[in-house]
Amino acid sequence: MSALPLHAQVINLLAAILLLLAFAMLTQRRVLSLIDLFAAQGLALAVSTGIVAAYTGQAHLWWSAGITLALKVVALPWILHRLIRRLDVKWDVERLVNVPTTMLIGIVLVVFSFNLAVPISQLSGTITRATLGIAMASVMLSFLMMITRRKAIPQVIGFLSMENGLFFAATSATYGMPMVVELGIALDVLVGVLILGVFFFQIREQFDSLDLQHLEKLQEGE
Amino acid sequence: MIEILAVLGFPLAGAAALAFTGARREAPAVNIAASLATLVASLALTARVFVDGPLLALDRQFFVDPFNVFLVALTAFVGFTTAVFSRPYMRIEERHGRVNAARLRLYHSMYQLFQFTMLLALLTNNLGILWVAMEAATLATVLLVSLYRTPASLEAAWKYFILCGVGIAQALFGTILLFFAAEKLLGGGGGALLWTALDGVKGQLEPTVLSIAFVFLLVGYGTKVGLVPLHNWLPDAHAEGPTPVSAVLSGLLLNVALYAVVRCKVLVDGAVAHGFARDLMMGFGLLSVVVAAFLLARQKDAKRLFAYSSIEHMGIMTFAFGMGGPVANFAALLHMTVHSLTKSAIFYTVGHAAQKAGTQVIEDIRGLLTLSPAIGWGLVLGTLAILGMPPFGVFASEFLILTTAMNDAPWATPFLLVALGVAFASVFAKVQPMVFGEPTTKRLPERPAMVPVFVHLGLVLMLGLWIPPFLAEWYRQAARLIG
Amino acid sequence: MTAAGILSQFLQAGLALALAPLLVGWVAMCRAWLANRSAPPITLPYRTIRKLFAKDAVVAHNASPIFRLTPYVVFGAMVCSAAIIPSLATEVPFAAAADAIALVGLFALARVFIALAAMDIGTAFGSLGARREMFVGFLAEPALLMVLFTASLISGSTSLPSIVDTLAHRELAIYPSLAFSGVAFTMVSLAENARIPVDNPATHLELTMIHEAMLLEYSARHLALLEWASALKLLNYSCIGLALFFPFGIAGGDGDWGAIALAVPALVAKLGAGGFALALIETVSAKMRIFRAPAFLGPAFLLAVLAMLVHLLLGS
Repeated sequence: MSALPLHAQVINLLAAILLLLAFAMLTQRRVLSLIDLFAAQGLALAVSTGIVAAYTGQAHLWWSAGITLALKVVALPWILHRLIRRLDVKWDVERLVNVPTTMLIGIVLVVFSFNLAVPISQLSGTITRATLGIAMASVMLSFLMMITRRKAIPQVIGFLSMENGLFFAATSATYGMPMVVELGIALDVLVGVLILGVFFFQIREQFDSLDLQHLEKLQEGE
Repeated sequence: MIEILAVLGFPLAGAAALAFTGARREAPAVNIAASLATLVASLALTARVFVDGPLLALDRQFFVDPFNVFLVALTAFVGFTTAVFSRPYMRIEERHGRVNAARLRLYHSMYQLFQFTMLLALLTNNLGILWVAMEAATLATVLLVSLYRTPASLEAAWKYFILCGVGIAQALFGTILLFFAAEKLLGGGGGALLWTALDGVKGQLEPTVLSIAFVFLLVGYGTKVGLVPLHNWLPDAHAEGPTPVSAVLSGLLLNVALYAVVRCKVLVDGAVAHGFARDLMMGFGLLSVVVAAFLLARQKDAKRLFAYSSIEHMGIMTFAFGMGGPVANFAALLHMTVHSLTKSAIFYTVGHAAQKAGTQVIEDIRGLLTLSPAIGWGLVLGTLAILGMPPFGVFASEFLILTTAMNDAPWATPFLLVALGVAFASVFAKVQPMVFGEPTTKRLPERPAMVPVFVHLGLVLMLGLWIPPFLAEWYRQAARLIG
Repeated sequence: MTAAGILSQFLQAGLALALAPLLVGWVAMCRAWLANRSAPPITLPYRTIRKLFAKDAVVAHNASPIFRLTPYVVFGAMVCSAAIIPSLATEVPFAAAADAIALVGLFALARVFIALAAMDIGTAFGSLGARREMFVGFLAEPALLMVLFTASLISGSTSLPSIVDTLAHRELAIYPSLAFSGVAFTMVSLAENARIPVDNPATHLELTMIHEAMLLEYSARHLALLEWASALKLLNYSCIGLALFFPFGIAGGDGDWGAIALAVPALVAKLGAGGFALALIETVSAKMRIFRAPAFLGPAFLLAVLAMLVHLLLGS
């Protein structure tokens, strides 16, 4: 059995936890728990970025860990909580159709992305290269979550967790993108969520609900 | 250097100024002035590049070569004419009670911000910044699409945000993979995402990683180009947003997204020997052309109709860029220009026509020619131009693409020909009764802005008959760069 | 084949037989403590078994030979599995037969017989229990197999002793895959051993029973054997879990006496801790409706599959 250095082991563990959380989000029906899961995912992300930063000594990764912590563990969940309170959808429970099928599709997606990632990982020089497959799988799972959800807030959380997966790919698998890019991405995410917050109110004003089934009027040929 | 800063600075300053003063009466004029300043700056930049050749500036973060400077000029030009058009158009909308002063402020500010993000996407040398700018462009236009706050426009904006957000996330993954492949050669610092640096070492980049990265990039940016099957957001966003926004979406944003795809293709072509990117782009392009052409016949909404036409034309360009080679690239660049000009002109006229009729439904818009000959003729000529009738420029570019395809990819030509034929029949059959027939329209409170329409159509006509030598030389240089 | 090996083989089976009722008693005792009740004596299961052996058996008129045979088959299967699970040492005579898949097969054999016997008499509760048992088994078995596959992937063999050998002698490191399969295995064990939250071993409500419903028609020595067998099953599952995820103290291949002497107290201590953990889980969770069982075992299967995939990808 190969002996990875401790930091790589911890990153692998965090990667596995990230994947697990992605699955948990896929099947979680309560909006509030969904936000908690999202925050937990952000925390795992921040910790793994911090470990990579400590190991590689790249100063900008500390920044990016800090941004992740501030944005994804504190700011975004706080904004979402506030939104939920203001919109009064705190106890929303979504009816999910066919959780087992969703899970099986999720497993298939994981297998697919692992397969896709294997040739790439073999070429990488970083110790934690194997996490690229997990990052890809998280992205795919969030994608699946967005497809299966019918309500606005869970869909947005799916979108954000997709961003998490991407960030994980950037930090753990490649040891970080250039700082400007990370700042830009973080800014985009924040602005996006703020815009969506405004959007939620508009949607509610118009439809009296955040159920996206109302948003299926525009069809071909109409 | 100073030109680049000016090109980016004017729209940004305009956005800031309009955010504070946008509700005033003179806001449209400020909007036009900022766009004009951008246009002048971009022309100066163009002249500079034309004289001095490609240009790297600001710690290699910005890169200008004939390919993107041509798009910068086009973007600034159409941005300016659209600003001119939007002044009377939005006033009429305000009179009709569809927007209020606060929304107009948002509109003007976001319009300039949108210009800024597109120009940034074009000028940056950093593929990461390119991604950020594309995402920012999405965010800016989401607010523009939902400007009317009607249920339909909210739905369109939501769809647009989610679909493009997902798409652009794929593009980010592709960018990360690219970085992943490059950092071994260029080191982990800021250099590994610079397009010029990547271009220098593209022969040594890992082919497997690059082909996977390209799939993600094509899917991601292709969503914004409106390639089938990722096109669902496009007709909704075009139909439900204000007309000037439809014009810049179709005329400019789609181009910028395609620009991103082509930049990535250049890298992949250098790394992957067999025509991997070529086949993918040709396939997606052809699929878009065919599917969009057949969907055209089912449209009942005038703006949706032309939105599908945009999908079709973006498909043609993607196909041509995919095919590659000097002639096809030349034709694709020409097609980009004439499509931008024609399609924005059409949206201007359709917007006014819809204002006159009080609806966008094709069947309820009748007899435009009788009441307003300018709008009627504008629509007829624009439609003829976009359908590829000689002597307009679209004919020239489509003809070039078709002849090259006959030579390089003979299997594709029947599909292209059939699709173009179907598109012609369906669009013309729908536009003809709108223009002729018994009028159902009413008078508008302000004079429609028809000058931009005829300026655009005049340019398209000119490009069909005679391409100025410097422009041809410019296209040739850009086509060589793309390879 | 050393003398130490043969001795540890006998010790393993004998200890399992002797300790199984004790483990059940210990869990019941811990549950009582945690619920602030006065605990029943830890030897209660022994007394129950002895009492049942002393009674005369009553068998329904329409019972077929399967009904009479089942207690012996089930008990035998459990003793066999106790003999092949490397709970004390890995170098034992039965090691050649100790295959992970064979083990799952033994459990399945017991399950099939007990379900057949429950349906044999034709009472409503028996059939109900059998159906539910098969339902739970259908959900739990794939997850159990996945857990064992993950373990065998790590060691490159499906033979239990070599799996345990590899796991016991690896370097100390974080294994996400083992953590995942450990959780999955715990969930499967709860379901397979008719514990809360899937079933309640202490219930008196026939309508909610699963395991108990199948034993309603048995009496005397048959019942005693079945009770003993289910205690053995709990012990077996605990031993598998301990051997896979906490393989410390298990005697290695060299078969020296000291290691075996050390393995026995280690096993007892680990079982004690495991029993307490089980009581804790049972105390803090509530029994779920039978139709929610997929919602409990689905994630177990998912975890097991993820563990395997993560192992394949990360190599850890």
